[in-house]
Amino acid sequence: MVAVRPIHRPASVTGWIVPALLAACVIFLVVGSLESSLFAQQTVSGLANGGIYASLGVALVLIYRATQVINFSQGALATFSTYIAWQLISWGLGYWPAFLLTLVIAFVGGILVELVAIRPVERRGNVLSVVIASIGVLILVEGAVGWIWGNEVKFMPSAFPAREYHVGGVAFSMQDLGTIGVSIAAVVVLWAFFRFTKLGLAMRAAALRPEAARLAGIRVSWLLSLGWGLAAALGAVSGMLAAASPSVLLQPSMMDGILIYAFAAAVLGGLESPAGAVVGGLAIGALLNLMGSYVSWVTPQLLLPAAFVLMLIVLLVKPSGLFGRTRVRRV
Amino acid sequence: MPPLLALEDVQARYGQVRALHGVTLEVGEGEIVALLGANGAGKTTTLRAVSGTVKRDGRIAFAGTSLGRRGPEDVARLGIAHVPEGRGTFSELTVWENLRLGAITRRGSLDADVAHVFAVFPWLESRRAQQAGTLSGGEQQMLALARALMQRPRLLMVDEPSLGLAPLVVAEIFRILKELNAEEGTTILLVEQNARNSLDAANRAYVLEVGRVALGGTSDELSRHDAIRRSYLGY
Repeated sequence: MVAVRPIHRPASVTGWIVPALLAACVIFLVVGSLESSLFAQQTVSGLANGGIYASLGVALVLIYRATQVINFSQGALATFSTYIAWQLISWGLGYWPAFLLTLVIAFVGGILVELVAIRPVERRGNVLSVVIASIGVLILVEGAVGWIWGNEVKFMPSAFPAREYHVGGVAFSMQDLGTIGVSIAAVVVLWAFFRFTKLGLAMRAAALRPEAARLAGIRVSWLLSLGWGLAAALGAVSGMLAAASPSVLLQPSMMDGILIYAFAAAVLGGLESPAGAVVGGLAIGALLNLMGSYVSWVTPQLLLPAAFVLMLIVLLVKPSGLFGRTRVRRV
Repeated sequence: MPPLLALEDVQARYGQVRALHGVTLEVGEGEIVALLGANGAGKTTTLRAVSGTVKRDGRIAFAGTSLGRRGPEDVARLGIAHVPEGRGTFSELTVWENLRLGAITRRGSLDADVAHVFAVFPWLESRRAQQAGTLSGGEQQMLALARALMQRPRLLMVDEPSLGLAPLVVAEIFRILKELNAEEGTTILLVEQNARNSLDAANRAYVLEVGRVALGGTSDELSRHDAIRRSYLGY
């Protein structure tokens, strides 16, 4: 006999903690911004960083959901794509045509990486061998970037004018606002794709229960490649936005640090939740930026370790993250 | 007329462990055929061999096409719907999304299929937006059947539909299977622990023992067979 246990809704006991934390965070940022224009500016530029972390974090989540593997090469692929964008622009293409063409190239590149480097390993191996393969791709791609374009810093133009936008005595840079807008838009487009299209539904089914999806006639292995393509395209958005931000320079190791923040964002969101990665990325971006500017002993070198500490705390205290589902199933 | 599904000397293995040692059986168009047998006799594996979710050798022909080395997605596209043991529902998705997935490989309007499925399972319509994981066990089993029907299968393979369900729910599921077969001519290959229910629903049955067909016949013949009565029907 098989016992049928009632489903326990995951959020029954700690259900109020997550909304309360988020509300506290939002209130803190809003009240602070109303009190002080410096605070408001730092919040917005922190959110711009957060958008970059969020889009790379969502890319990580996409692949993690489908394969239970953290793709360590996600940042390097984003860097590679950004160099392609830079190359296209330096050949004379306009920013937005180059942006869109880069998305297509990154999409195809992501599919190729899955086919060539990941699938052969995955077919025979366990999760660990796929992780190692992804680290291999990271090293290879970063090396290729240095070999093709050299290691010196390049200048990536921005899509947004170097102007400021004034609201009630606070100056927001168009760069920050544009970065927030584009990264959020990219994630929303992807969300709509998964939520509302037939292909998106098939991809979700393939990620949730591969065997049942195959029994419905879904070509799961093809959809996995497609998932890598989408993740790479989203990563490319993150890379192009990052390279144009004043605190990051276009160089082969550009995304290494950002990948850590993106990990932290994904872990904070629960690793399986794209929405969680977005909220996590924005929160980490805003809070770290405020810490950097208001807490005197927090130097820029401390911000990366801070992200690590945050990740550790989440993994120790609530491994399912803010938005993670505790896996429930009938037995 | 050749049978809809014919297995000839089919063998299957999980890693090094052989689960089927040469199964030969047929399912004719419009029949309900049951597979009986003890735990580990190879009933589930036989279904998995057909749908391609286990490595198999031997000849499997469906409607004149060899299933050969085809994977599950190709077998499904040929018109075989497999409702696996333990309910093939996507518990994280909504009822509607589950139904949609049944017809995911088809283009065009689903209105007729949806109307059909809602006619068979009227309660589904008001639960369209509900997350499938929050349905009761019996409802999930019916949703799995409904999703299979959305595939418009020529052959429906159902594995242990009664697993862990209350007798009333089981009776309802068997009533629906019989109705589908009688009114729409859906061919059904059924695996079921409860031999009485199976023989009651099926036209014919095969008894599997350690990966081979030990006995086959019409349900009436098997119900009267002494060994079957003792081993499976318990009187």
